[in-house]
Amino acid sequence: MANIVQFENVGLRYGAGEETLCDVSFTLRSGQFYFLTGASGAGKTSLLRLLYLAQRPSRGIIRLFGEDAVILPRDRLPGFRRRIGVVFQDFRLIPHLSAADNIALPLRVAGMAESEIARAVREMLAWIGLTERAGARPATLSGGEQQRVAIARAVIARPEMLVADEPTGNVDPVMAERLLHLFHSLHRLGTTVVMATHDWHLIDRVPGGHRLHLDRGRLVDPEPVPPMPEPPPSTLVRSGL
Amino acid sequence: MTRGSKRKGGGAEARALDDVGGAHVMSWVIAIMLFLTLLTAAAGLATAQAAGALDRQMAGRLTVQIVEGEAQRRDAAATRVLAVLRGQSDVARATPVPQADLARMLQPWLGNDAAAAELPVPALIDVDLDSDGGDAVRRVTAAVTQASAAARVDSHATWLGPVGRLLDTAAWLAGGIILLMLGATAAVVMLAARAGLEAHRGTIEVIHMLGATDRQVARLFQRRIALDAGIGAGVGSVMAAVAIWIVARQVGALESQLLGGLTLGARDLAMLVALPLGFVALAVLAARLAVLAQMRRML
Ligand SMILES: Nc1ncnc2c1ncn2[C@@H]1O[C@H](COP(=O)(O)OP(=O)(O)O)[C@@H](O)[C@H]1O
Ligand SMILES: [Mg+2]
Repeated sequence: MANIVQFENVGLRYGAGEETLCDVSFTLRSGQFYFLTGASGAGKTSLLRLLYLAQRPSRGIIRLFGEDAVILPRDRLPGFRRRIGVVFQDFRLIPHLSAADNIALPLRVAGMAESEIARAVREMLAWIGLTERAGARPATLSGGEQQRVAIARAVIARPEMLVADEPTGNVDPVMAERLLHLFHSLHRLGTTVVMATHDWHLIDRVPGGHRLHLDRGRLVDPEPVPPMPEPPPSTLVRSGL
Repeated sequence: MTRGSKRKGGGAEARALDDVGGAHVMSWVIAIMLFLTLLTAAAGLATAQAAGALDRQMAGRLTVQIVEGEAQRRDAAATRVLAVLRGQSDVARATPVPQADLARMLQPWLGNDAAAAELPVPALIDVDLDSDGGDAVRRVTAAVTQASAAARVDSHATWLGPVGRLLDTAAWLAGGIILLMLGATAAVVMLAARAGLEAHRGTIEVIHMLGATDRQVARLFQRRIALDAGIGAGVGSVMAAVAIWIVARQVGALESQLLGGLTLGARDLAMLVALPLGFVALAVLAARLAVLAQMRRML
C-alpha cells in the first residue's frame, strides 16, 4: 500500500467559531518520514489527533490504511489504533503504573503472552537507557525520562505508523538527537513516522524527510529552514540600563 | 497465548485504575444495603414459613361447640353430633375434646371450680375434613346444625384467616422492599461507575488510544467494583448474620405458638447465603452496563 494516509479538504471546528483546521489536504506515503511544523496554536496537535483517531473531523475525507476513517464504526477503532503508535505532547503516562508497566500496556491490550511482554519491555528499557528505572512511577521520573518512556510505549508494538507530538520538546539537545536517531531507525525498519516539532535543525538531520507546514490551520508551502537566529539582545541592554 | 498468561496480563493492566479514592464509600453502601436486604429477606422468609405453617394448621379444620348449660343434654347433643359428623363423607376425623382437657385449659381463667360441673362448659369436637374447600365446610355445618340447635361450627380458616392474610402481606411486602433495595443498589453502583469513569477519563482515553476495546476497559471497572462490592458484601453479611442470630435466639426463647412458625428452613438459609453473591453480581453487571453505555459516547 503506497498511501497510508489521505486527507481531502478536512476541516475541524471545536464548538462554534473559526475552524481550527481548514481545507487540509495531503497524502502520506508508506515508509516515509514526515515533519509537521508550524507556530504554537497552528493546529499541529489537532491534526495529529485526527490522524490517530482521537477526534473525528467536522468535514472532509480521511482515508487511513486504505479505509474511510471518518465513518469507521466504534468497534473497529481499536484494530486501527493498534496499528498506530502515539507519543502524546504531554506524554500521558498512567500515573499508578511503573515505567515498565506503562511501556508494556500496548502489548497487554493486544493480549500478548506475559513472558514475551517481559522480554520486549526489557529490550525497550535498555534501548531508552532506563533499565535502572523500570519500577519507577512516572511522577518520580524527570521530564526527559518520562518522554522516553512515552516513546518506548508508542513503539513497542511495532506500529505501522508512528505519530509523535513534539517528542523532543522536553529534552536537552543531546537527548533530542538520540530520540531522533531512535525514530530514524524505526523509519528504516519500514515505519511511517509523523513528527510535529519546533526544532528546525532536527529536520536537516533526516535525509529524505518531508515537511508539512501549518499556518493558522491551513497547510501551506513550508518556508525554507531559517538560519539559526542571533540570540536576542537582553532586555536590560535594550532598555538602556 | 495461554490462559494463565492472559489472566496475569489482565491483572497488571487492571492496576491502571487502582487509585480510586471514593471506592470505600461504595463498599459501605453495599454493606449497608446488603445488611438491610438480608434482614428484610430473613424476616420475609420466616414470615412466609409462619404463614405456610398457619395455612397447614387451618386448612380443613373445624371446631364444633355444643353450647348447652345442662350437662346431660349437652353430652347427649355431643354424642348425636359426633355420630352425624362421623357419618359425613367430607369428614376424615372427628375427635371429641375430653372435658378434663377443657377444664385444664380453662383453669387459669376460672380457677379450680371449672372442674366442678356446675359451670356451663361447652363440649368441643375437633374435626378434620378431607378437603379444605368451602363447600365441604358448608355441608358439614348444615348437617351439624340440623342434628343439634346448640351446635356451633367454627372454621379455623375463618378466625385465623386475617392473621394468615396479614402474614402473607408482610411476606410480599418484604419481597417488594428487597426489589427496591436491589434497584437502589444498582443505581448507586451505576453512579459510582460513571463517576469513576469521569475521574479516570484521561487514563481511559490513553488506554483507548493504545487500542483497548470498550470491553477491555469495562473489565477494569468490573474488577474494581467486584473487589469493593465483595468487601462490602462480606461486612454486610457478617452484620446481618449476627443480627439474625440474636433475633432467632430471642424468638426461640419465646415458645410462642404463633411465633413458633417464625423459623428458617434450609432452603431459606440457602437463599440468604445466595443474596450476597447476587449483590456482587448485580454490582458488577450494573458497573459494566453503565461504563459501556458511557463509553459509547466517547470516541
Ligand atoms: N479540545 C479543544 N477545544 C477547543 N479548542 C481547542 C482544543 N484543542 C485545541 N484547541 C484550539 O485549537 C487551536 C490549535 O491548537 P493545537 O492543535 O493544540 O495547536 P498546536 O499543537 O499547533 O500548538 C488552538 O487555538 C487551541 O486553542
Ligand atoms: Mg501541540
